[in-house]
Amino acid sequence: MSNMTTAPKAIRIAILAMGGEGGGVLADWLVDMAEHEGWTAQTTSVPGVAQRTGATIYYVEMFPASERMPVLAMMPTPGDVDLVIASELMEAGRAMQRGLVTPERTTLVTSTHRVYSMTEKTAMGDGRVDAAEFIKAGQAAARRLVSADFSKLAEAARSVISSALFGAAAGSGALPFGRDRFEEAIRRGGIGVESSLKAFAAGFAAAQGEKVDVAATDTPVRAPAGQLAPLAERVRREFPVPAHGILFEAIVRLAEFQDLAYAADYLDRLKPFVARGDGRLLAEAARYLAVWMAYDDGIKVAQEKIKSARFDGVAKDVRLGQDQLLDIREFLHPRIEEVADILPAGFGRWLLTSSVAKAFFGKPKIVTTTSLRGFFSLWIVASLRPMRRGSLRFQREDAQIKEWLARLEKLAAEDYDLAVVFAAVPRLIKGYGDTHVRGHHNLTAVIEALPRVRKLSAPAGTLNALIAAALADEDGKALGAALKGIPA
Amino acid sequence: MAERSFKEEVKKLRLGQGETFRGEGILAVTKALLQSGVSYVAGYQGSPISHLMDVLTDAYDILEELGVHFEHSASEATACATLAASVNYPLRGAVTFKSTVGTNVASDALANLASGGVTGGAMLIVGEDYGEGSSIMQERSHAFAMKSQVWLLDPRPNLSSIVHMVEKGFELSEASSTPVMLQMRIRACHVHGHFDCKDNIRPSFTLKDAIENPQRDVSRIVLPPASFLHEKEKVENRWPAAVKYIREQGLNEFFAGDVNELGIIVQGGLYNTALRALELMGLADAYGNSRIPLYVMNVAYPVVDEEVKNFCAGKSAVLVLEEGQPEFIEQNIATILRRADMQTRLHGKDVLPMAGEYTSAVMLKGISAFIGSYRVDLLNTSSLPRTAAALPPAVNAQVHPRPPSFCTGCPERPLFASIKLVEKELGQHHMSCDIGCHLFSILPPFNLGATTMGYGLGWAGAAALNTTTTDKRTISIMGDGGFWHNGLTSGVGNAVFNKSDNLLVVVDNSYTSATGGQDILSSRAENPIRSTNNPIATAVQGVGVKWVKTVTHTYSIADMRGALRDALTSKEKGPKVVIAQSECMLNKQRRVKPATQKSIKAGERVVRERFGVDAEVCSGDHSCIRLNGCPSLSIGDNPNPLKGDPVAKVLDSCLGCGLCGELAHAAVLCPSFYRADIVFNPSGWERFMNKVTRAVIGFFQARLERRRVALIGSAA
Repeated sequence: MSNMTTAPKAIRIAILAMGGEGGGVLADWLVDMAEHEGWTAQTTSVPGVAQRTGATIYYVEMFPASERMPVLAMMPTPGDVDLVIASELMEAGRAMQRGLVTPERTTLVTSTHRVYSMTEKTAMGDGRVDAAEFIKAGQAAARRLVSADFSKLAEAARSVISSALFGAAAGSGALPFGRDRFEEAIRRGGIGVESSLKAFAAGFAAAQGEKVDVAATDTPVRAPAGQLAPLAERVRREFPVPAHGILFEAIVRLAEFQDLAYAADYLDRLKPFVARGDGRLLAEAARYLAVWMAYDDGIKVAQEKIKSARFDGVAKDVRLGQDQLLDIREFLHPRIEEVADILPAGFGRWLLTSSVAKAFFGKPKIVTTTSLRGFFSLWIVASLRPMRRGSLRFQREDAQIKEWLARLEKLAAEDYDLAVVFAAVPRLIKGYGDTHVRGHHNLTAVIEALPRVRKLSAPAGTLNALIAAALADEDGKALGAALKGIPA
Repeated sequence: MAERSFKEEVKKLRLGQGETFRGEGILAVTKALLQSGVSYVAGYQGSPISHLMDVLTDAYDILEELGVHFEHSASEATACATLAASVNYPLRGAVTFKSTVGTNVASDALANLASGGVTGGAMLIVGEDYGEGSSIMQERSHAFAMKSQVWLLDPRPNLSSIVHMVEKGFELSEASSTPVMLQMRIRACHVHGHFDCKDNIRPSFTLKDAIENPQRDVSRIVLPPASFLHEKEKVENRWPAAVKYIREQGLNEFFAGDVNELGIIVQGGLYNTALRALELMGLADAYGNSRIPLYVMNVAYPVVDEEVKNFCAGKSAVLVLEEGQPEFIEQNIATILRRADMQTRLHGKDVLPMAGEYTSAVMLKGISAFIGSYRVDLLNTSSLPRTAAALPPAVNAQVHPRPPSFCTGCPERPLFASIKLVEKELGQHHMSCDIGCHLFSILPPFNLGATTMGYGLGWAGAAALNTTTTDKRTISIMGDGGFWHNGLTSGVGNAVFNKSDNLLVVVDNSYTSATGGQDILSSRAENPIRSTNNPIATAVQGVGVKWVKTVTHTYSIADMRGALRDALTSKEKGPKVVIAQSECMLNKQRRVKPATQKSIKAGERVVRERFGVDAEVCSGDHSCIRLNGCPSLSIGDNPNPLKGDPVAKVLDSCLGCGLCGELAHAAVLCPSFYRADIVFNPSGWERFMNKVTRAVIGFFQARLERRRVALIGSAA
């Protein structure tokens, strides 16, 4: 009994996946392959209700052919895992958190795509975690990190991610079996063999370090030409280079939203911020002024819905085949307020008081944009664009924008850092209907708190906290509490 | 039809002597039952033993060939009472359920069964839902075994040991006239392994024999004076008989080691994990050779005094590895040692945690502490696994929990969205929940529900909140599974009798969905071996509820919210029941998907619906996700580089259930949602009309595009 530490050991493999992602299939392939080589293999899992989209771990052990039966473990021991396969990036994080990935032992195969958690999805702003940090942590934690967007590779092969991950496991060299052994296990499985093998090959290649181009490339900053050329020239002449990207984007969007003059107005409004500070204020103001000026009204929605590029985008999204037809049905529920908003101000005001109109509008509608009737209904709404400047909504938004800009300009001279934060408060306005009303309400509350915030020792931090609080919950509880905490 | 089909796997149940079975632990148990010659099997599904029920369902023809009767019991109490067939007749029978929740339900029958004792071998196979992956309160089945005095088998978690213990368990039951309980931990249920088969046995004494030759023995019935006698019998006859059998057959195992002054006593089910811990410490090898002597209790109850004394004799200390609390075995061993005046020191919960699963990491720590206090020279830190460095805090905090939730297209989601919407009108209500998928309502994004008191007890859980001093009503939820399990009487009957004025919502989705989609009385599917299509509404009216509304399409928010609003505001007094009726999507897809694929292949016209979000129109507030929570409704990059917040995005896994559109309308959310109707195999006329329409639309779209190009100077 002296050679206990030199006796053969089982290979330990942990698979972290979410219910329905094929983690079980992956485990079964591994077991089948090992058993076909005469090895003893075991797999266990704790699926439970986790099969309903929850995170789950499959654990596999394989032991070389032997006369005597080995005793295999039922669960991974931290620090004692040879291969970890994570079906998604946050699951790789979970594997690391559980201590399953160590620099001495572990090959970590992870897909870099994201299946967002409920926490990330329900945030009112951007709740997404930093993916780059996870990959960095993986590099530090593992003996070898094999990472690629295996979901995309599988999709390209019209297969599922388990096939691509199986390929990556083979390509990682972490297991003492040749590539053909892996592929035979897939063939024996007998389901979707061709597409599985294709995804397997792509996963294998990725693990072998072949460049698989799946990363989206950033589009370079491009100045608009055409009728916008003079404005683009003005941007180059009057604004610092770092702001050009935002400004080009903004003038294109504003010209489309309204017209060239509107885009020119935009640049005029930004002029007071050009010479201020280090450019942060200009960048923030440029961004949020553009978003606010191109506010979401019925005209804009109709414009977007009837574009040919949008039709093509939907067809691509739903993977429309050559011989299939597509109908697009919009779920619209314009309230009387939104209808009044896009009409000439006087008419709009009258409409709001009319009970007949209320009965006529104010009802949910399903509009089939791909039909003539639906298309032209929206076309007519989009055609109100030239009259937008006279609309009720425009008058309201324009007045608020002017007020915000005036405060921002004043603040910029007095407290630059605070102004940078204040430039971002329009971020609070979002959505349509009740959501929009709530956003406006929050915006007003934050703007009104500004004089009080300025009396504090760290006003910029406080204002940032107020913005975060406004985005923390729907009922305004966090914002209410945060505002209460600021002395009058 | 259950969620998972075992049609292929059940072929393994026909394997005979000399053949090797490869497969899941729970399937091996099924095979072991057939090898033991059972006459009947029954049970109630639930993780981790659902597959046992599903396998038996799919193996119906094999069971018939062997003359084995199989029932889907109405509840665990029914299952356990089924074992009464073994009281008077030499019939072997087995029942199965999830534990401890199922054992709680079964305990009345269990106590009666155990009191009178059995003639034929009676076995309860309990899936011990404890530790990681568990969905219930953390308790031990061990307590039930002790209080009713049934023998608890806890075999080593390899298929050979498990199968052996099933076979020996029946013999033990017969040798001691006592039911036995076989405890299967979650991982053991799902473990893939192999064992050498024996032939299946057709019972020699049949159910027919029993029915045609009825027997009775009043001394087996729990009624004075027999009940007093039973207790004596248990301790004076049955217990010693069990101990004798356990010792003779060597059901517990001793593994010798060279470090004789120490020893480890371990529950059979924990053996593999304990051995791995020893292997990592360099004190065992992968073949099970351990330097520390081991006493493996494949029978966790009763504890065999003589075996404990023999093992402890001459040892300075022993460690008991016993998962869960209270530490019944350790306390028992302490008594044995004390009574025998043995000086062997006893360790267990002093070096190991009182609560929680005994993972390999936990055991490694506990065993190290034990050995370190006696033989520090045996501790070889160099062989221990290196622990990982702590994750950077930025990453650590960003690993979010990922609890289970409603599936894509789940018909229960619109129910809870409707409750949220109705609460926006009428204010918050007290909500009592039940057990089932619908309990995911307590998690984000719905955050609905205050308590859950057990399966079928949703309405019972709100029983006290029943007063005439307010017009406000409470809302209770119950699934169809819980309804038929006991909710019809414990909830509905109770509410009628006690003149409740409150609301019960029954989720009627045609299956016991959370346990794997098994059929029940109200299932809409035709089931050749069971009676289905018994409506819940009829049952509810049958016990006296006057106010019943059925919503046949839960996805219609107008209907669903309307029914809830009516029930909560109706002037009519008395219990209100809303039946929310739409088929479980997971199971529906299993049924519909292959059929749709077939139709498309055959050239038939098929319309696939799925939803989408216009990324340019979406403002990134995610209200829709907070009301919906569908896995297919996610987020994606904002196409507008000026906006930072991600926009809502519908993934291709969307099944077009319609909830997104309904919510956009009902909650007046935003105009971003669209439904894409994809027409497969359109007719010639359809193609022609489409061409014409697209040509006209295309003409106007081109005009818009020209304006754009004029502005920006390129077609990009």
